[in-house]
Amino acid sequence: MSSPKAVAAADSLPREKVEQFDRQLAALVRRYPEDRRASALIPALRLGQELFGHLAPEVQLLAAARLGVTPARADEVATFYQMFHTRPPGRHVVEMCTNVSCCLTGAEQIWTHLQRKLGVKPGETTADGRITLREVECLGSCGTAPAMLVDEEMYERLTVEKVDEILGRLE
Amino acid sequence: MSETRILTARWGKPGSAELASYRADGGYRALDKALSMEPAALVEEVKRSNLRGRGGAGFATGLKWSFLPKDIRPRYLTVNADESEPGTFKDRYIIEHDPHQLIEGIAICCWANDIHRAYIYIRGEFARQARILETALEEARQAAIIGPKLMGKKDFEVDIQVHRGAGAYICGEESALLESLEGKKGYPRLKPPFPAVVGLWGKPTIINNVETLANLPWIVEHGGEAFAALGTGKSGGTRLYCVSGHVNRPGVYEKPVHQNLKRLILEDCGGIVGGRKVKAVIPGGSSAPVLSASEIDVSLEFDALKAAGTMAGSGGVIVFDESACMVRALHRIARFYAEESCGQCTPCREGTPWMEGLLEKLEAGHGQASDVARLEQMANSIMGMTICALGDAAAMPVQSFVKKFKDEFLQHAAEHRCPFGEHGWGLEQSSRPARVGELSY
Repeated sequence: MSSPKAVAAADSLPREKVEQFDRQLAALVRRYPEDRRASALIPALRLGQELFGHLAPEVQLLAAARLGVTPARADEVATFYQMFHTRPPGRHVVEMCTNVSCCLTGAEQIWTHLQRKLGVKPGETTADGRITLREVECLGSCGTAPAMLVDEEMYERLTVEKVDEILGRLE
Repeated sequence: MSETRILTARWGKPGSAELASYRADGGYRALDKALSMEPAALVEEVKRSNLRGRGGAGFATGLKWSFLPKDIRPRYLTVNADESEPGTFKDRYIIEHDPHQLIEGIAICCWANDIHRAYIYIRGEFARQARILETALEEARQAAIIGPKLMGKKDFEVDIQVHRGAGAYICGEESALLESLEGKKGYPRLKPPFPAVVGLWGKPTIINNVETLANLPWIVEHGGEAFAALGTGKSGGTRLYCVSGHVNRPGVYEKPVHQNLKRLILEDCGGIVGGRKVKAVIPGGSSAPVLSASEIDVSLEFDALKAAGTMAGSGGVIVFDESACMVRALHRIARFYAEESCGQCTPCREGTPWMEGLLEKLEAGHGQASDVARLEQMANSIMGMTICALGDAAAMPVQSFVKKFKDEFLQHAAEHRCPFGEHGWGLEQSSRPARVGELSY
């Protein structure tokens, strides 16, 4: 909890945000038995990403220290799961499914359109920092395909027009 | 044929996700009844029901429960809500439209198996569904249905928590799910020991799919025999079939567990787009071996599909019409498994991108006939050689697509192009209104 590295990590982050992190983490940790705090690592990293924008090494260290896991473990988890950002994403994250059922209902054209319109390749962020575009795997929306997530909200039965309208609303 | 609706009966009713509405329809009466029964008798009732796991493997639920060692405590229940098998989209609707049915099922399972703590592992992408679950759980706690005393009276604590994943297909595999729930990357464990013996935090653990558990209230209320009678052979009840692709009415259909596949596609889903013919059907999520058009007059029951050389899997039925390119489809499926391989076992880690590459080459017109043979060879050397089923899941589509549509693969090689050109995903690729239970989307 108080290793030099952890103290340094917490020190380099805005104090009030670290306090907020600690308060919210306390509630998350209560979901697991007392001696199983490490189970809260994914929720803790998600919380860190929400509060600090992305999982920079300091944020990973903070989560690791609070839960008593090694920094290596936090890094391993932060890089294994697709929804974690270890680099700063744009203000909005657009994640389009291009799996089979979506492609059978027109996802390929929409996906090409998205890249062209935003002028980015998969995984890149627009020059103005507005949107990060990612290609993702099946979102469990195959009956109402094609589908995409925008900032973790699901949009279904997409068309090129509908996608344009959704993008237009993002600041 | 029986059209009993167990899981979709309440979908679409106003406020169906709320406790008041669930109770008005008799909700939590089954839990009340369960509490008046001996736990062992409940397990027997579930065995009699012939309920089989709806997540993919189709293992007998009651039997799975009976593998828990008698003398080790605590025991845990983890609910698999990681729904991420391509083509599968049913558990999300159970959660969206009737979360209390799931919660009641969880509570019944806990009582039957002397479990005091359950975790619902829900895939990270289901943010909205996780919120719905949190709300419903809070309602159930406030009403003292769950908590220190089950139904506010039984001296039996049940604590249910939601645990959100963060984007990894592999975490639907039960031992990877446990690793993830323990705060690690999702690396599947060697089995045996099975989770029933050494599971979450090293303790005996039941892992059941959302749909499996949501059937329990009905089974308790109507009896195992009534549930078994809805099905056939060793499979009872109804199933939620998720139909997607080139059908006129895609969606979620609750039908008997032995529904005929051809009937599901041509009658329930209104047939094929543009009046075209079926070319191929994946009957149980993208891992399941593909069926050609001549093979679809088959029961979707677990053992029947196994006999037909495929599997009922997660109930995800993906339909391709005659205008779709099988090489392109398989390439996309192969890319999925290459992307989602966790990297632990060499045959899967190295083999899946290799298969993807061979398929990319063939589809782009740079392949040769020998690549088709190599593809089969690759799949055969992954099959059965990995810790978890992802290796097999990647190999089975390749084996079946190549076997059943070999001419098409060889044609790509001979002509050095995709004969379908720009229309590899079919002549008509548009989104159509879906039917989900009785709802329209």
